[in-house]
Amino acid sequence: MSTMTINLKVWRQKNASTPGKLVDYRVEGVSEHMSFLEMFDHLNEQLMKKGEEPVEFDHDCREGICGSCNMVIDGQAHGPQKGTAACQLHMRHYKNEDTITVEPWRATAFPMIRDLVVDRSAFDRIQAAGGYISVNTGAAPDAHAVPVSKEDSDIAFDYAACIGCGACVAACPNASASLFTGAKVAQFARLPQGQVERERRVVRMVEQMEKEGFGDCSNYAECEAVCPMEISIQSIAEMRREYMKAIT
Amino acid sequence: MYSLLTAFQNSVGRKILTGVTGIALTGFLIVHLAGNLTLFTIDYSNADNAFNRYAHFLHELGLLLIVAEIGLLAIFLIHAYLGIAIYLRKRKSRPEAYKQFKTRGGASKQGFSSRTMIVTGILLLLFTVSHVNHFKFGPGWSGEAEYTQVVNVGGEETQIRDLSKLVGETFQDPIYVIVYVAIMILLGFHLRHGIWSALQSLGAMNKKLTPVIYAIAGILGILIAIGFLLLPILIYFTV
Ligand code: SF4
Ligand code: FES
Repeated sequence: MSTMTINLKVWRQKNASTPGKLVDYRVEGVSEHMSFLEMFDHLNEQLMKKGEEPVEFDHDCREGICGSCNMVIDGQAHGPQKGTAACQLHMRHYKNEDTITVEPWRATAFPMIRDLVVDRSAFDRIQAAGGYISVNTGAAPDAHAVPVSKEDSDIAFDYAACIGCGACVAACPNASASLFTGAKVAQFARLPQGQVERERRVVRMVEQMEKEGFGDCSNYAECEAVCPMEISIQSIAEMRREYMKAIT
Repeated sequence: MYSLLTAFQNSVGRKILTGVTGIALTGFLIVHLAGNLTLFTIDYSNADNAFNRYAHFLHELGLLLIVAEIGLLAIFLIHAYLGIAIYLRKRKSRPEAYKQFKTRGGASKQGFSSRTMIVTGILLLLFTVSHVNHFKFGPGWSGEAEYTQVVNVGGEETQIRDLSKLVGETFQDPIYVIVYVAIMILLGFHLRHGIWSALQSLGAMNKKLTPVIYAIAGILGILIAIGFLLLPILIYFTV
């Protein structure tokens, strides 16, 4: 089986207080069957053999469901493939001797930890500010006990697919978290279970988003284009409707 | 719990206000353009024409006009303030730029018009100041004889301002025509993203409608810009 050589330019940064820079690596023996992250594993093995520090990158599920593989690949969050996370990108999309630039998510609200790893806990705090419902614990109700229209359940499900990866923030020229927050707000607003906290949810989540230092939305819709779950900016429009209802 | 001030304090509130003021300003542009259309029909050598009479009619509204002007100024200033505030916050939200950055295309509306809103906006702001200064407060504003005429309004001999004379004279200068046309092209770009964006900001969007409204908004923006820029060219070549 023939293998490729890939020229990587990877962002290396020791920590938030040390300036980082792009470092060139030549990765030999890359198979087209490798995922993008496996190519990084391969690079790291080579680096460790040489006694160098491996490139720090976040990953967990490696199948597009955990949202931890944050990488801006050649200027695009999660790389050039539509509707997938970086871990689902395979090296067969590249050619021998291709040069690929890899950078971390860049946003004040996602502080740098090391190399390609940033701290996305701002999302957790937005979620905690209002992304929950009140239910009694105990016996689970029957699935059909609460009627939900087909349209609402479909759209709420689309929004609930958000994996909290942060690509929307990374790709937004303003580093806005509107798609993430919009998906959460709109998902609950469409379901009967979300009605109790409906008004305070949107106000609190929007305020938390502000406090975390995310930018304003300018309706570039770049977020929808890079979202691995292809969540529509309709959710952002719905968040604004919810906000207007809540404050009037 | 809520006041206009809290809306300035978060991104969703700012976006809604930007959208509301933007739509109001677009509405004003359409009314302004309708007024300008009379300029296509008049004889510039005769001060008693539809354009001057329309201007006089507005002037005669007196207090009502002043209230409307103050309202318009407030809307304009809020819109400009928010645009600048959004831009400054964006710089704080991502202080370190990507070494490489590329739009994904597809659903993205990133392009020349959306990326240059702050630039086209600031140029339009400067233009508007100079435009109001040149026409509204220009020759004839304080009743200079050369730019006023006595005409019969509703059976009474009335002194009205000959604004069409100023318009006709202004656009004899090719520099003025070129600058004006250039600014109107920028207005077209500002509206191309702005009209659609305002509707999205007010939540008046859904997945199926977006492509249709995006297209209609673009056409509307371009038509408004063309409406405004045809006039100086026409005056330059015909008057
Ligand atoms: S909205 Fe999409 S891009 Fe944003 S965090 Fe959720 S899955 Fe990721
Ligand atoms: S590693 Fe889990 S989504 Fe990529």
